[in-house]
Amino acid sequence: MTADKEMFAAVGLTRVFGRGAGRVLALGGVDLTVRRGERLGVVGESGSGKSTLIRLLAALDTPTAGSVSFEGQPVTGRPERELGFLRRRVQIVFQDPRASLDPRMKVRRIITEPLRSPMIRAELGDLDPDARVRELMEAVGLDYADADRYPHEFSGGQRQRIAIARALAPKPHVLIADEPVSALDVSVRAQVLNLLDDLVDRFGLTMIFVSHDLRVVRHVCSRAIVMRQGRIVESAPTASLFSDPQTDYTRALLAAIPAFRGA
Amino acid sequence: MSLLRVRDLTVAFGRRPPVVRGISFDVEPGQRVGLIGESGCGKTVTSLAVMGLLPENARVSGSIRLGDVEVVGSSDRAMSELRGDELTMIFQEPMTALDPTMRCGRQVAEVLRLHSTAAPGAARERVLVMLGEVGFADPERIANSFPHELSGGQRQRVVTAMALINSPDLVICDEPTTALDVTVQATVLKLLDRVLASQNAACLFISHDLAVVSELCSDVLVMLDGEIVERGTASGIFTDAQHPYTKGLVATSRLDLVEPGSRLPLVEDFYAGAER
Repeated sequence: MTADKEMFAAVGLTRVFGRGAGRVLALGGVDLTVRRGERLGVVGESGSGKSTLIRLLAALDTPTAGSVSFEGQPVTGRPERELGFLRRRVQIVFQDPRASLDPRMKVRRIITEPLRSPMIRAELGDLDPDARVRELMEAVGLDYADADRYPHEFSGGQRQRIAIARALAPKPHVLIADEPVSALDVSVRAQVLNLLDDLVDRFGLTMIFVSHDLRVVRHVCSRAIVMRQGRIVESAPTASLFSDPQTDYTRALLAAIPAFRGA
Repeated sequence: MSLLRVRDLTVAFGRRPPVVRGISFDVEPGQRVGLIGESGCGKTVTSLAVMGLLPENARVSGSIRLGDVEVVGSSDRAMSELRGDELTMIFQEPMTALDPTMRCGRQVAEVLRLHSTAAPGAARERVLVMLGEVGFADPERIANSFPHELSGGQRQRVVTAMALINSPDLVICDEPTTALDVTVQATVLKLLDRVLASQNAACLFISHDLAVVSELCSDVLVMLDGEIVERGTASGIFTDAQHPYTKGLVATSRLDLVEPGSRLPLVEDFYAGAER
């Protein structure tokens, strides 16, 4: 495994929804490479194709054209039963933990759910689930004593920690975070971002971080792509996106960041 | 005389301890006051109390005077004359604030018709003018659209049109941009700034995001666990916060000051009581 090995390679990735007059081009021929250990930001407004892109990368959807490969293995066109390697190694944290955690499951079951998947077990071997829950809850800053409580007993920030623990359970290589702090208070946002930062370092993860907020992306990611109408309009190190944006659209995104008046 | 005068307002639900604990504040005509704090601090309950929209199991004490009307203890009928007219509200989620089965133009017109005797034709005319004022280039098309046919930002503009068509004295905005993208948020904030100024309406703006509040408000109230722990001008709060909790809030919202990749400051770094 070389340090600059490609995790994801997408070529000409295209996704069209509907047909005829209602045809929508959600993603129009995107080429993207994500390298090992990279923290890639994906920025754009609602409808820009960010979520479609990560759904295709994670093989939760099938492209209309183009292809995805993961760690050198083709993903597109393979049947689900051959995708175990991807299912274990790529995990997602979604935007709203109120929606992404099953309200009828205790935290212990939520976190170990990925470990019960036959495909993931085939990849990972048998892990002691209770030990894993303890390890993960401690890693994300939750108290193991709370493992038998339900999600509604936790605050928004704590619920996002549960979602992160679940994503880490099968020891993934890539963590895809889809707007992980957009539904959280500003004061809780910092806690979750610090946590993600620590975990990515500690477990040597590659992270794809989706957000409409350039401030957050600048803080978390080394490189970012800016998406608009299903295409990548700019791809650059985040520092230069801020200091020297190349497109009007990136400039518009920067201008939209709420400024401190009188500060 | 203050437009809104809140004194010793306490709100409790059922037998649980109060969620708003003896707060007092004023809003002057045309003044824009930001009410900030995190989820659960009581800011939304405060706004609902001012609107007279608390559920029946709420126990309210203290006084809320809007002009010369006492809101606490007022009948629903008396309040509904104020609501939508002198006192309006913009909610966080525009999709739930709009009726999905009703065209947008009719929804805006309804607010107008409930509070004036305008003839239907004249009402339609004013609705179109108002939709133009909230930045729609094609008010006719928007008026004929159902809410699901519009984007989030467009819906929030329709809600803004509803809130401002009767030239209210006070508009309560409860996190009106939290559900929106950053770019749409910027548009909606600019629009609010413009229409509030053109109608000289006062505003109580509720948010957890100091940066957003600073774009719109001259004054800020900081709420923590049901109490107002700090108040002052917006610039004073941002540059010279006194309460440790406020210092923490200011620090967490200043992402721009933190070196990328380094640890972000937390509220707990400043105020231990914020642990939750």
